Amino acid sequence: MLGVITGFIDELRAAGVPVSMVEAIDGMRAVEAIEIGDRVALRETLRATLIKNQRHERAFDTAFDVYFSTVPLPDSTPVEEGTRPDLPSADGSDRAPFDIDALLDDLLQALAGLDEEAMRRGVRTAVDELAGMEPGRPVGGTYYLYRTLRRLDLADLEARLIDALTQDEELSEFDRRLLREEVEARLEQLRQEIEEEIRRRLVADRGRDAVARTLRRPLIEDIDLMHATTKDLQEMEAAIGPLTRKLAARLARRRRKRAGRLDFRRTMRKSLATGGVPVEPQFRHPRPHRPEVWLLCDISGSMATFSRFTLQFTHAMATHFSKLRSFAFVDTIDEVTDFFGAGVDFGSALLRVTTEAEVVWLDGHSDYGNSLETFNARYGRQLTPRTTVIVTGDARNNYRAPRDKVLGEIAASARALVWLNPEPRAYWDTGDSAMSHYATHCTSVHEVRTLRQLEQFIEELTLPGTRAAQNA
Amino acid sequence: MNLESPQAVAAALRSVDYLPDDRISQVVFLANRLDKPILVEGPAGVGKTELAKALSRVTGKDLIRLQCYEGLDEAKALYEWNYKKQLLRIQADVDHDWEEIEQDIFSEDFLLTRPLLEAIRSENPVVLLIDEVDRVEVETEALLLEILSDFQVSIPELGTMEARTQPMVVLTSNNTRELSEALKRRCLFLHIDYPDAQREQEILAARVPGLSEHLAAQVARVARSIRSLDLKKAPSVSETIDWARTLLALSIDDVDEDILGDTLHVLLKYQTDIEKAAKELTSSPQA
Repeated sequence: MLGVITGFIDELRAAGVPVSMVEAIDGMRAVEAIEIGDRVALRETLRATLIKNQRHERAFDTAFDVYFSTVPLPDSTPVEEGTRPDLPSADGSDRAPFDIDALLDDLLQALAGLDEEAMRRGVRTAVDELAGMEPGRPVGGTYYLYRTLRRLDLADLEARLIDALTQDEELSEFDRRLLREEVEARLEQLRQEIEEEIRRRLVADRGRDAVARTLRRPLIEDIDLMHATTKDLQEMEAAIGPLTRKLAARLARRRRKRAGRLDFRRTMRKSLATGGVPVEPQFRHPRPHRPEVWLLCDISGSMATFSRFTLQFTHAMATHFSKLRSFAFVDTIDEVTDFFGAGVDFGSALLRVTTEAEVVWLDGHSDYGNSLETFNARYGRQLTPRTTVIVTGDARNNYRAPRDKVLGEIAASARALVWLNPEPRAYWDTGDSAMSHYATHCTSVHEVRTLRQLEQFIEELTLPGTRAAQNA
Repeated sequence: MNLESPQAVAAALRSVDYLPDDRISQVVFLANRLDKPILVEGPAGVGKTELAKALSRVTGKDLIRLQCYEGLDEAKALYEWNYKKQLLRIQADVDHDWEEIEQDIFSEDFLLTRPLLEAIRSENPVVLLIDEVDRVEVETEALLLEILSDFQVSIPELGTMEARTQPMVVLTSNNTRELSEALKRRCLFLHIDYPDAQREQEILAARVPGLSEHLAAQVARVARSIRSLDLKKAPSVSETIDWARTLLALSIDDVDEDILGDTLHVLLKYQTDIEKAAKELTSSPQA
C-alpha cells in the first residue's frame, strides 16, 4: 500500500501538483486512520491531505482512478489477458451475434430506475463488446470511449429516456426543459462510468505508471493560452477573479509610510477613556491610491484564443477598478470600456466587442503602428501620470512599419507601460514580430503564456511611483 | 457524540439537519481523528459556516467565531492588554515599587482575551470558526499559523499560552484570493460545491418541514437549471431553501413558468440575472 501511495504522490508531482513533504506524511498518517478497503474513504482522505487547491482536483481524480482502480470487479474475468480470443480484430469488424438492442434496453431501464448496479453491469458489457480494446496499445482510452459511445448512440438514448420518464403525460415547455436536464445529468454519469471502466482495463493491461503517463494533462495554470480550448477558458475563469484582485492591490500599493498625520481630535477623544492621558495617539489614514488602468488588447485572428482570455481578464478587472478603460485593436483601435460595464455578463460583452467595436480599418490584419498612432491621437492627451497602460499582443505586425516612436510618446505620458506577450520569448523578433522595437519603450515586457506566468507577473510587479522618477 | 467513523459522523450531522456528502463526513472524521483544522472552501451559501455550527451542535461544544475582515489585527484576533485597568492599577498604587507593579500589570488579570486566545484557554473544548479567512491580508494570516499547528499563543510578556483543551478548528474561505501555502499545509482541505439535485432535494426536505417530495424535486431541478446559466451570482443553497419556503407560504404545490417568473427574485439578487433567467426558462420574458 505504501508503495502505491508514494507512486501516486510521485504522479501528482509529475503532473505539476505541488505536494509538500509534510502533506505527504499527513496523507500517510491519515490513511492509517481509515479502513483501507473503502475506496471513497481513501479517495477523500488523500484528497483532503494532498490537494490544497480546487484547480488541482481534476489531475487528482485522473491519477486516483489510475492508481487505485484495481478493486476486484465482479464477473469481469474477460479482462485478464490471454483469455480473450474473441477480441475483435483491429478494425472492430463485428463477429458474434451481439444484441446491442438488448443492451440498450437494459441501460435504459437502469437509467430510468436509477439502478446503479444494473448500470455498471451494462457498462461492463458495453465496453466488452463495443470498445474493441486491444491489449498493449499505448493509448489513453479516448478512442475506445468514442467508439463505445458512437455505438451506444447517446442522442437516441436521451430521446428514449425522456419518453420513458414522461409516461405519456403532456408536459409544458418548462417541465420538459427540467426533465431534459435531469436526463442529461444521468447520461453524463453513464459516460463517466464508461470512461472509468475503460481506464480500469487499461491499467490492468499496461500497468499504472504507463497509463498515468499517457493521461497526464497540464494543470489549468500551465495550459498555453494560445491553444486553450473553450472549456479550459471556462475553468480558468474561476482563477481570474482572485488574480485581478491581487493586481488591483499591487497597483494601489505605495511605499508604506508609517501612517498619516496625527489626528488631534481623535487622540483627545480617545484619551478620555484613560483619564485624559493620551495613551494611544491616533493618526489620519493615508489616502488610498486609486489605480488607473488602461488595457490595450490585440483581438486579431492570430490572437483569437488569447484575446478571449484577455477580454475575460478585462471583464473581471472592470469589477475591481473604477478607473479602467479598455481598448481593442486589429489595424485600428476603438474604446470598448462601455461594453464591460457593471452587471454585464461576459458573453454579451464579448459579442459586442466583436460586432460593434470598430477595429478594422483596411484589411483586418494586425497593424500595431497604425493602431498605436490612432490611439495616441485620439486618447493620448487623456493619459495622466497615474495611468498604467497594459498592452497585450504578440507584436506581429505583418511586416508593416512598427512606428514605435508613438509608443515612446505614450509611455512618456503614462505612469508605466507594460507589455504582455503570449508568445514564447524565443519566438520574439522572428518573422514579422517587432517585439524588440516596442520593448525599448516599455517599462517592462513579460512573456505571459500561461495562467501561472500571469500570476508571476502580478506577483513581481513593481511600478515606478511617479512619472518624474521615470523621466529623470 | 460518536465520531468514530465517517458513517457515524454522517449520521450525527444528519441528526442536526446538516446533510453531508461522502467527502464532508470523511474530512470531518479525519479532522477529529488527527486533530487537524479543516479549511473549507467553496462558493457563497453552500453551507461552509453551517458546517461549523452543525459540528458545535453535534459535539455539544461551544462555538467561538472569529469573523475576518480587512484590517483585522492581533488586538482583535488574539489578545490585548487592558491598559485602562493597568493605568488604574498604577495610579491606585503609587507607593509601591515600580518593578513590582510592572510584574503585576502584565499578568493574566490584565489580559483581554480575543476569540483565538479564548478558544484555546477555554476550560471546555470548543469549536473555533475562523470565518472568511481570505479577507485578511497575507501578513495577518501569519497570526493564525501558531494556533493552527501547535494550538498555542506566544505572548511576549507572559510566555507561551498552551491550549487547555484541543479546539476543533474550521476555517472558511470564499477563495477571493489564494491563501498562503503555510496556512494550507496545516489544514485538511475541503472543497464544497453546490450539491447535486438529489442531495439538494434531501437538504430541502430536511430544512423545510411540510415540503412535498414533488415540490422539493422540482425546486432542486430548477436550481440546477439556473446554476447552469452564466450568471453573476448563482443561487446558493440557502436561497433555494428560502425559495422553497416562499412557495410553501404561498401554498403552491407545483411550479410552472408563471410562478417561477413571479418568485425569481428570491433566488437571484441581480436584476440582470433575473432578466436572463426569466428569458431562458420561461417563454414569456419578464420586464
